Amino acid sequence: MSSTEVYQLNFGPITAHSFNKDRTQVAICPNNNEVQIYTKAGKSWNLIHTLAEHDKLITSIDWAPESNRLVTSSQDRNTYVWNLDETGEWKPTLVLLRINRAATFVRWSPNENKFAVASGARVIAICYFDEEHNWWTSKHLKKPIRSTVLSLDWHPNNTLLASGSADFKACVISAFIKGVDKRPPPTAWGEKFPFNTVLGEFSNGSGGWIHSVAFSPSGEALAFAGHDSEISIAYPGGAIKNIRLTGLPYLSLLWTSEDKIIAAGYDCAPVLFEKANEEWKLSRIIDAGKKKVMGESTAFNRFRDWDSKGRGGSEDSELNTIHQNTITSIRHYAGTRENVTHFSTSGLDGKLVTWDLESLENQFRNLKV
Amino acid sequence: MSNTLRPYLAAVRSTLTAALCLENFSSQVVERHNKPEVEARSSSEVVMNPLIISRNENEKVMIEPSVNSIRISIRIKQADEIETILCKKFTRFMMLRAENFIILRRKPIDGYSISFLITNSHTEQMYKHKLVDFIIQFMEEVDKEISEMKLSLNARARIVAESYLSQFD
Repeated sequence: MSSTEVYQLNFGPITAHSFNKDRTQVAICPNNNEVQIYTKAGKSWNLIHTLAEHDKLITSIDWAPESNRLVTSSQDRNTYVWNLDETGEWKPTLVLLRINRAATFVRWSPNENKFAVASGARVIAICYFDEEHNWWTSKHLKKPIRSTVLSLDWHPNNTLLASGSADFKACVISAFIKGVDKRPPPTAWGEKFPFNTVLGEFSNGSGGWIHSVAFSPSGEALAFAGHDSEISIAYPGGAIKNIRLTGLPYLSLLWTSEDKIIAAGYDCAPVLFEKANEEWKLSRIIDAGKKKVMGESTAFNRFRDWDSKGRGGSEDSELNTIHQNTITSIRHYAGTRENVTHFSTSGLDGKLVTWDLESLENQFRNLKV
Repeated sequence: MSNTLRPYLAAVRSTLTAALCLENFSSQVVERHNKPEVEARSSSEVVMNPLIISRNENEKVMIEPSVNSIRISIRIKQADEIETILCKKFTRFMMLRAENFIILRRKPIDGYSISFLITNSHTEQMYKHKLVDFIIQFMEEVDKEISEMKLSLNARARIVAESYLSQFD
């Protein structure tokens, strides 16, 4: 069984992707103002819908698994919630965001009754459905944010929100909305949290834009990746573990269990971090890369190339990783939140890749022996 | 390759590789705009400190990274007046055709001979390592090109002078 499936859905970048609940359909943005929905047909994906309502680049897409709704955010300052109607068409509903800069990131809350929109206007809009007026309305989180918010993640209790922004800070903020949420039980981050309570503010060792934030499955730890090539794991109370790396920065993080994190970014290959004896460390690169096939007589080929083409050596510009350019997003694909078995990645090379962690683990184990 | 050129180019290469980590970033100041922040300079937190790598007082490279663009300025070696003139003509020739070079900037930064501006759309369309290779190759070739031009200019001047003076024999 092949452990990874690679699909070339676009020749330019894929700025965002999101699967539906049963993973038969995927919504992607091919680096323009459209959302494309593909449906799986055997080994390939067929385009079935093109949603064109935004008029600038779409920055983020999220598909609510249970309620089967799409939310998209765009640099045109708008967010739409898309519903599939009886005729099989996706219908957009504009959200009253009240922001005046680009919307950069959007995520549904775990209960799917709210979603959070990050923006360049130095606010996070928490959107919920206003039954009385029959539209999506929003409340703004403003306080600790001093620059564009680059990523968000919801705590599993549906009220806390983590944000990472270009002011070098990752925060845990309360997004509790009276009337929408029931009072949640106290968490490790705090006992009581009215709207916009800042429960933690962290910065990484040497500063750098926070590209990605992610809560652990239990919500008891927060991981964030900065532009200074560091991954930090913050705990309630302010304890931080920094992992400094020698490679290029990471853009996206995913916890696969309470002691494993997958990260990917400018290095074009996902890597696995593991916690062992209370210490976090880089475990291995998941995309080990394929060895380029060398001819039996490389010197001969080189001289022949010099003779026929006027240049020596291989002019192969491909990288030996699966992704040929920066990976911009990692999403959960299969397994429970506590034990992710498959994940999907997309990036600037227009590839959508699904990875099977278990079979990759087996491969790795075999290699070791 | 002389033994100071190699570490110089290696330093430029690794700095460029690290600096070319760009993302699509829309302006925080102007609505619905998306500008290279290194040129617009509208918000200070998304522009990083510039870095100068110099081989000697005549040859240096300035790399100014930001969140969605980087600017690379190269000062080409100019040992005498002929080289100054040749360098000016050569870079002017290229900068007049800047759109054909895609990443070339139409004007150099003060104190430098030629500047490149790479934005996130360039790293999306092209392989990043090939962009770095292009800059490095340019730096290697440009010195060679100018000294070749200088030699042929001198040779031509000699021929012209000889044929002019032969009339007075």
